[in-house]
Amino acid sequence: MSDSANSARGDLKLTSVTKSYGDFTAVDDLSLTIPEGSFFALLGPSGCGKTTTLRMVAGLEEPTVGSIHLGSTDITYTKPYQRPINTVFQNYALFPHLTIFENIAFGLRRRGIKDVDESVNKVLNLVELPHLAQRKPTQLSGGQQQRIALARAIVNRPALLLLDEPLGALDLKLRRQMQIELKWIQKEVGLTFVHVTHDQEEAMTMADTIAVMNEGKIEQMGSPADLYDNPKTAFVANFLGQSNLIKGSLVGTDGDSLVADLFGQKISLPRSRSHAADASIYAGIRPEKFRISLLQTPTSGNVLSGGKIEDVSYIGVSTQYQVMMPWGQELMVFEQNDDGVAPFRIGDPVNISWEPIFTFALRGDEDAEAGTEVVPEDLDEE
Amino acid sequence: MKKISTPYLLLLPGFAFLLTFFVFPIVSLAQVSTATPVSGGDIDDFEQTFRFRNYLEAFLDSREHFGRSIIYALLATLIALLISYPLAYALAFKSGKYKNVLLVLVVAPFFTSFLLRTVAWKQILGEEGFVVPPLRALGLISESTTLTSTAGAVILGMAYNFLPFMTLPLYASIDRIDPRTLEASGDLYANGFTTFRKVTLPLSMPGVVAGTLLTFIPAAGDYVNAELLGGPNNTMIGNVIQSRFLIPDYPTTSALSFMLMAAILIIVVVYIRKAGTDEVV
Repeated sequence: MSDSANSARGDLKLTSVTKSYGDFTAVDDLSLTIPEGSFFALLGPSGCGKTTTLRMVAGLEEPTVGSIHLGSTDITYTKPYQRPINTVFQNYALFPHLTIFENIAFGLRRRGIKDVDESVNKVLNLVELPHLAQRKPTQLSGGQQQRIALARAIVNRPALLLLDEPLGALDLKLRRQMQIELKWIQKEVGLTFVHVTHDQEEAMTMADTIAVMNEGKIEQMGSPADLYDNPKTAFVANFLGQSNLIKGSLVGTDGDSLVADLFGQKISLPRSRSHAADASIYAGIRPEKFRISLLQTPTSGNVLSGGKIEDVSYIGVSTQYQVMMPWGQELMVFEQNDDGVAPFRIGDPVNISWEPIFTFALRGDEDAEAGTEVVPEDLDEE
Repeated sequence: MKKISTPYLLLLPGFAFLLTFFVFPIVSLAQVSTATPVSGGDIDDFEQTFRFRNYLEAFLDSREHFGRSIIYALLATLIALLISYPLAYALAFKSGKYKNVLLVLVVAPFFTSFLLRTVAWKQILGEEGFVVPPLRALGLISESTTLTSTAGAVILGMAYNFLPFMTLPLYASIDRIDPRTLEASGDLYANGFTTFRKVTLPLSMPGVVAGTLLTFIPAAGDYVNAELLGGPNNTMIGNVIQSRFLIPDYPTTSALSFMLMAAILIIVVVYIRKAGTDEVV
């Protein structure tokens, strides 16, 4: 097993990869480089092509067009068993007829490694389940199976570990715990992880770099903070967290800032956060960046006046307000409850303000609803 | 009180059926197997004399047929397995939207009588059929070679007749395999053949065991294929039982039936132990 494909190491590089099924294009001219050693997330709604992309990297699908390289080795048409790539499958796909020990040893044995005990026990300790070695997969809980699936993959020390919605079947609390563990394990073993998920919180918690996919293309790629604070498209702004997008136009400049007119009220925003093509824009502000003040309270930074509290939802750590603006748009505002109580009531006339630096601008011809109507997907995506 | 008795009441018809159609006939068969003809009585008059020597005599007379039955049945089972496995695999994984149509086709032979289908094979393989004359014309078989009245015809006839019994359980167990476990195997450095050997085959063992049993058991007791497709040298234990029954020699018939049952039972138990799938059978 010393052929070149199997010993390949390095960055994963997808070049103009397209995958079509008849008339349907699942992945559309996708180019992407994933640096060695990183934790990379492919994030997108159901049917966006992320799982297809992962399957092409694993070798379970062949691209219609384009090439995939690992380091300098072309693996586009290499068989799955000849790639130094392992996958943690969505439903774990453990072998039901083998013990946990043999499940983990499977890959090692296939590569002709005789003495597997040490490696298997080491990885069982890493996932903290050494006592389950002689059980069968059906005797394990979902969370335990998930860890064994991970152990079965990382024991091979692949150049690339692919995770296909690995936490999708776990309940929320266990999922949060596993996110932290996965991140820790990735640091511990130092492998390149490529994680496919539709859960934006999961992607943001774990990944160094996130590529947001939509309709077979990458909408935007960057660090979680970068994507959240400076989204380039309405889809990214809405899919990663929530955004208030307000229609407006650019009317001037002020040093490094741009001045925008939103329904007659002037605001400013950093030039570096404008992705507008012309004067027509959507100004975007995250709900937690807003501050609400009663009319007489002095405010600083950007101010939009004339609002009225429409709805108040108290959710413990914060309170969510719906504020109706004079132009008929409801804005969402999250206020921390650091004073213990929600200070505003329905019907209160208010101004909302925020720091100009937290404003981003999108093209005015975008669909402001893109990425908002994404229904929670079922597990058997694609 | 009523709640406890309900399940037993539900079992009652089944027990009554088993008692009438299984236990009574078996007991009666056992009684007849040690009986002897009544001297001076009618040809079908037998009396109970507990003559266990009937078994030894019956066995010594038909050892050869016993052996032939087991060997023919094993070969027919093996052939049916080799044909059915790829068929069931394709049905489960590769047939797509035609799956149900193809499954009906597997069962379709059952729409015609077992006997008629075997007679049809006799015609097809016979001297005047459409197989023998062309083969003779091409010189592939000599003028004196026949296809019927051979062991091959009997074995293939049985393999053909019992094929659905092999295919359906195999299909059922292969269809249950999650294709993602096969992908996982490929992902973990196993090529196609290794994946089959290490994952597909072990996971389909319940189907292999069920299918081989459902084929082997009726094949071992079969006499129709040997009667219609075989010659004098291919008679199986079923044929002996049938011919003795018509004499009538009920004690020998009964003794042979018991021994056949015992032989099959022993083979099945050993097989299931070896196959290590006790929990599924």
